[in-house]
Amino acid sequence: MFDTSSLAKVIFGRLTLESLPLHEPIVVGTFVVVALGGIALLGAVTYFRLWGYLWREWFTTVDHKRIGIMYMILGIVMLLRGFADAIMMRLQQAIAFGGSEGYLNAHHYDQIFTAHGVIMIFFVAMPLVTGLMNYVVPLQIGARDVSFPFLNNFSFWMTVGGAVLVMISLFVGEFARTGWLAYPPLSNIGYSPDVGVDYYIWGLQVAGVGTTLSGINLICTIVKLRAPGMTMMRMPVFTWTSLCTNVLIVASFPVLTAVLALLSLDRYVGTNFFTNDFGGSPMMYVNLIWIWGHPEVYILVLPAFGIFSEVTSTFSGKRLFGYTSMVYATVVITILSYLVWLHHFFTMGSGASVNSFFGITTMIISIPTGAKMFNWLFTMYRGRIRFELPMMWTVAFMFTFVIGGMTGVLLAVPPADFVLHNSLFLVAHFHNVIIGGVVFGAFAGIAYWFPKAFGFRLDPFWGKLSFWFWVTGFYFAFMPLYVLGLMGVTRRLRVFDDPSLQIWFVIAGIGAFLIFLGIVSFLVQIAVSVLKREALKDVTGDPWNARTLEWATSSPPPAYNFAFTPVVHDNDAWWDMKRRGYRRPLTGFKPIHMPSNTGTGVILAALATAMGFGLIWYMWWLAAVSFIGLLAVAIGHTFNYHRDYHIPADEVVRVEDARTHLLAAGAKS
Amino acid sequence: MTLAVVPPQNSEPVFYVVDEHEHPEGASTMLGFWIYLMSDCLIFAMLFATFGVLGGNYAAGPAPKDLFDLPLVAVNTSMLLLSSITYGFAMLAMEKSRVGAMQAWLVITGLFGLAFISIELFEFAHMIHEGATPQRSAFLSSFFTLVGTHGLHVTFGLVWLVTLMVQVARYGLIEANRRRLMCLSMFWHFLDVVWIGVFTFVYLMGMLR
Repeated sequence: MFDTSSLAKVIFGRLTLESLPLHEPIVVGTFVVVALGGIALLGAVTYFRLWGYLWREWFTTVDHKRIGIMYMILGIVMLLRGFADAIMMRLQQAIAFGGSEGYLNAHHYDQIFTAHGVIMIFFVAMPLVTGLMNYVVPLQIGARDVSFPFLNNFSFWMTVGGAVLVMISLFVGEFARTGWLAYPPLSNIGYSPDVGVDYYIWGLQVAGVGTTLSGINLICTIVKLRAPGMTMMRMPVFTWTSLCTNVLIVASFPVLTAVLALLSLDRYVGTNFFTNDFGGSPMMYVNLIWIWGHPEVYILVLPAFGIFSEVTSTFSGKRLFGYTSMVYATVVITILSYLVWLHHFFTMGSGASVNSFFGITTMIISIPTGAKMFNWLFTMYRGRIRFELPMMWTVAFMFTFVIGGMTGVLLAVPPADFVLHNSLFLVAHFHNVIIGGVVFGAFAGIAYWFPKAFGFRLDPFWGKLSFWFWVTGFYFAFMPLYVLGLMGVTRRLRVFDDPSLQIWFVIAGIGAFLIFLGIVSFLVQIAVSVLKREALKDVTGDPWNARTLEWATSSPPPAYNFAFTPVVHDNDAWWDMKRRGYRRPLTGFKPIHMPSNTGTGVILAALATAMGFGLIWYMWWLAAVSFIGLLAVAIGHTFNYHRDYHIPADEVVRVEDARTHLLAAGAKS
Repeated sequence: MTLAVVPPQNSEPVFYVVDEHEHPEGASTMLGFWIYLMSDCLIFAMLFATFGVLGGNYAAGPAPKDLFDLPLVAVNTSMLLLSSITYGFAMLAMEKSRVGAMQAWLVITGLFGLAFISIELFEFAHMIHEGATPQRSAFLSSFFTLVGTHGLHVTFGLVWLVTLMVQVARYGLIEANRRRLMCLSMFWHFLDVVWIGVFTFVYLMGMLR
């Protein structure tokens, strides 16, 4: 009875050789390239004997700065994957006219648009935003680290675990073909019996745990660890937007966890939450997922607003205009973002009253957002504006985001939405706000804080090249989609009949190619900056003549951030210190209490990822073993009571003296 | 700590803390755990909402009146409520640093929790035996998920309880262990509050449907 095939089934679940997409030449080609690249990378790490260094100094680190940098690397790597999907879609849509099927079959194309959305939101935008918050917030509030440093490391690796599952789906099995929110009944077991939706579910669940925990962590950090004197209304605006974003994370990601758990029960156990029969309601899913989904877009854009606020006031050489109104606008957006979710499905048929309510709340959000826009403009007004790279991104954001905002208000009108729902107009709108807001914000933040993190600036020439390619590429890529959407073209189409539409898709394809050049320029910018790091070096720790506390310490900051905790008297604490003749303390250093590194986060996340993989492929033994391992390691970790150490005073003296010498040398030259 | 007093106009402003005391260990833990509990509460809120929307969809299958045995649920509820009281006694003993009494109350708490889980499992088994499976209707799907999620939390709480008892036995009532016992206390009472919601909205109001 127990023949080999049933034994294989026990061991491998539903994973067979046929699950490998060997029949898809594009995927095989990608796999070969990725495998060669991966082997080369791993080989190089082994050859240069970097494993020990990476493990000790990076993978197991609890330093918020290093974790922040790792988040940024994750986001940028995943950007390449997500963008590869984007350019494949643009190419397909540009050529699939006049009877041509293009070069992607439907099975593959549907996976690509789903993966593009999932990756860009969860594994590009989220890590970039979380990375910047992780790096900057503790420095801005004068703290030594976050409230729960170990949890921070664990959160990061859970995010990586989710990304790993999504990446595995490219080569082992397939990804979901449902669109990025996996609406049932399509995503239910009857219509999607394969592993695609399971990869989606477990990728997001694993990453979601990390996101929720990092939200709790940063809230506590901001509430509890602010430097003395920094009242709530003296916090830098980026810290404020981070606080609101993390409140949104904690108040929305559990909803995602719950709704995906219900979907998995439907798929694994056969319950009837979102089925068509036995009393299930697919629309329940749509409501629940958007109760998470709408706050999610504000989770992404609020920190970007914070970055633009810091950049605008720094590069205009002025205090931010309307600080208080900026804070209140942020808080109002935070609250309102929970009252608009139904605008994603006006066409569901909730009736005129419900649609009106959600239409109006949606339009109201444009008021605090507009207030922010004017605050930035008035900050620039009569300022001595320096058009450095971060400022250029900010101005591009102001132009672009206003267009996206206005098309958003247009979509908020329910009768208009009935025409535009799920059209390319919608696709153009949300790319308009996410690229124009979040991506431009992330680039502004990277250009602004890179010198803080590494001690040298980014090369401005390649940065400006990247900037212009991105901005023009964005307009070429998405303005045609507005036109197409108004003409009635719906999203996620693979082939087209009407040849008059082709020209718009070709223009959009050219735009995507320009963005490709923008991404290449960005990567070249980083490479060139590393090579020219001596010429671009900054020893002052404050290359932009900035205003907030993170610029008060050295670049890169020491492990303990500040030898003495700063005391804050003003909104722009560092500006105030500079203005009133602050002198850096040179003596009296004491040992500093810091958290110790631990490998537990990596191990736990690896086990969670293995459990996800087991559940996806019905390898029940793997899921069970990893789950038990997860519990055992987690409990074992709680028996470790020695989680911190002291940096000896000698060490602090050595680091601070080195900085004194550097500063003196910098002042002389 | 030299605090941030804004100095009078002409004196030298204080820009950093000179004689800094270390942050007390785990100073943010209580706040962090509260926020975690609220995020967990949100998961329950979603399950309650789902039950609220789908709880009347019997799909021609059994309804609450056919299934629920209120006296049994009342016994079950009292198990959980009593376990909360005994946990409270354990915390009082902890305040007086009476390790033995505290451990004894924790054992009693654990036994009540175990009784709660056992009765719940018995109830589930009985319903499934009668054909009222989670797959039978959306009502039953949402019922089993809501009540089962609560039960899973209690089970997890029991594992945690045992772990903490071992840690107290090994390392005594040190500061870290006191903090952990406080967290579990909050977790345990939180589950009690959720159960009162379940008892009211699922069982009592279900019988009125």
